[in-house]
Amino acid sequence: MANGILVFIEHVDGKINKASYEAVRAAQLIGAQIGQEASAVILGQGIGDAAAEIAAKKLKTVYTVENEWLKSYTADGYTQAFKQIIEQVQPALVLFCHTYEVRDFAPKLAASLKRILLGDNIGYKIEDGQPVFTRQVFQGKLAADVVPVGDTPHLVSFQIGSFRGDECEAGQAAAQALSVNLDADVVRQQPEERFKEAKAAVDLTQAPLIVSVGRGIKEQKNIEIVKKLAESLGAEIAASRPICDNEWLPMDRQVGSSGQTVAPKMYLAVGISGAIQHIVGMKGARTIVAINKDKEAPIFEIADYGIVGDLFEIVPALTAEAEKLK
Amino acid sequence: MKIIVCLKQVPKNDSILRINEQGTWIQDRDLTYEINESDQYALEAALQLKEKHGGEVIALSLGPARVQTVIKEALARGADRGIHLEDATLDNLDAFGISTAIAAAAKAEGFDLLLTGLQSDDYGYAQTGVIAAELLGLPHATIVMDVQATDGGIRVKRELENGFFQWVSMPAPAVLTIQSGINTLRYATLKGIMAAKKKEIKKLDAAGLGLDTASLTPKMQFRRVYVPVKSKQTQFLEGSPAEVAAKLIEKLKNEARVF
Ligand SMILES: Cc1cc2nc3c(=O)[nH]c(=O)nc-3n(C[C@H](O)[C@H](O)[C@H](O)COP(=O)(O)OP(=O)(O)OC[C@H]3O[C@@H](n4cnc5c(N)ncnc54)[C@H](O)[C@@H]3O)c2cc1C
Repeated sequence: MANGILVFIEHVDGKINKASYEAVRAAQLIGAQIGQEASAVILGQGIGDAAAEIAAKKLKTVYTVENEWLKSYTADGYTQAFKQIIEQVQPALVLFCHTYEVRDFAPKLAASLKRILLGDNIGYKIEDGQPVFTRQVFQGKLAADVVPVGDTPHLVSFQIGSFRGDECEAGQAAAQALSVNLDADVVRQQPEERFKEAKAAVDLTQAPLIVSVGRGIKEQKNIEIVKKLAESLGAEIAASRPICDNEWLPMDRQVGSSGQTVAPKMYLAVGISGAIQHIVGMKGARTIVAINKDKEAPIFEIADYGIVGDLFEIVPALTAEAEKLK
Repeated sequence: MKIIVCLKQVPKNDSILRINEQGTWIQDRDLTYEINESDQYALEAALQLKEKHGGEVIALSLGPARVQTVIKEALARGADRGIHLEDATLDNLDAFGISTAIAAAAKAEGFDLLLTGLQSDDYGYAQTGVIAAELLGLPHATIVMDVQATDGGIRVKRELENGFFQWVSMPAPAVLTIQSGINTLRYATLKGIMAAKKKEIKKLDAAGLGLDTASLTPKMQFRRVYVPVKSKQTQFLEGSPAEVAAKLIEKLKNEARVF
């Protein structure tokens, strides 16, 4: 491998997505082990401050690509611009953090180079001098080690939270502006303003105790038994996404990557499998308890206390026990 | 509107997964299957668009003979016809290979919208639709929550991070990957199941798709598959429901000091 590692820096209106620092950190670590220098690239318009911020990390070069067609993110614009950058810089490895934006364009970018994105990895190891990437399959029930096949550049993304962005080594990167050709024929998507739906009525982020319910509850009417448990513990009730999608509990009770991120003293997960999109929203809890009938459920990987069994038997027993605390 | 929906058959969500002897994937013996979750929402979105705007919904699935049940289920729910891509050379492809086959079939068929779910519950690549869009030279959008028809195209609501959303317009034909939970799934009625029996399922193999095998060579490889290493030491509490309940409360109180 010859031309270093190139890290994609994501931003909205010049404000860098913190997840990008995780990708920088990954590049620093992998680069040190395989003898490749890491550089970064940022695309947009009016991105000077963001580029300067990134240049304070230990990187060889920070490439900036200013173009009016990159003012707002579009899959077409980013793919076409990034492709031209890869042709100019010729990196051996391109690293991304696996954000929604990266999910949207990186597979297209890879395909345009006749490559595949090795997506959503949670770590790596070095075997025979080459990085091997680890990703989850079956929604976290199993892990797989994967390698790219074929010529460089190889494109790889890491799941959010796989690296510590705050552990990036500081440094002073060189700045280099690159230019790309884009026009209306290339950029077919027309994005409107980003917006939020009605503000959440419940703020779960401040709750000291949370009892959270997942699809193991089977039916809407069964939610009652979990509500009773929450009440007897003096806890807020929360849920996994499918429960809120079904409107069994309101949207603002959802925990996870597309819901709230919580860090209570205790998080009790009832009938929740522990998909990564849920875990990112609650893994900061001080004590995690899981009740699940499947002892292989991924939620047990992060649980302090586990009860393997039928929630319909355990939850009422737990409610009765909690009542005694009062 | 002519809509092709890609449906993947995956092992049932609560399957017991056993790793194969080579340690490279799971054993497929004894597995039961279902339609990938988000693909079901893609199918429902397609059926609702057809009800609103007219047109046709075509259910497409790639895989061995067993995936016919997926196509039949879609036909019973209201899809008009099916396309089944089956060929030994199409087994065990990576996302690029699968998208290559799907893109070839979709191109031959012609369409206004090509829909997929946003990711599969087994491999979880989340790439099939996006790669197909690139191979077909079409615009796309991912993690789509809502689809509106416009003059000459579509306007879609995308889910973004941190509670944000965004509407994006683009010309049709286009490729969309659909988020789970965006609509309410319908179930097949008896009438639907009867009607499905008369609906056509076209079978295509690699030659029929005009694929050259070079375009299917793998771009990634699985070294090994294994049970994940735990990051925390879980204390499993055992006993009758009343016993584990008492133990848990005691531990939360005296060990974890939660209350
Ligand atoms: C882009 C994207 C964003 C997402 N955002 C979020 C998010 O913000 N939050 C979120 O939660 N998910 C999110 N998801 C969905 C996520 O991937 C999972 O699908 C979801 O978290 C699963 O919810 P669950 O654990 O309740 O259901 P399942 O995965 O179906 O798990 C149900 C669990 O209940 C157990 N169970 C069943 N019956 C019983 C019983 N009688 N007793 C005990 N246990 C039982 C089962 O063993 C199983 O482990 C997102 C997905 C994507 C792709």
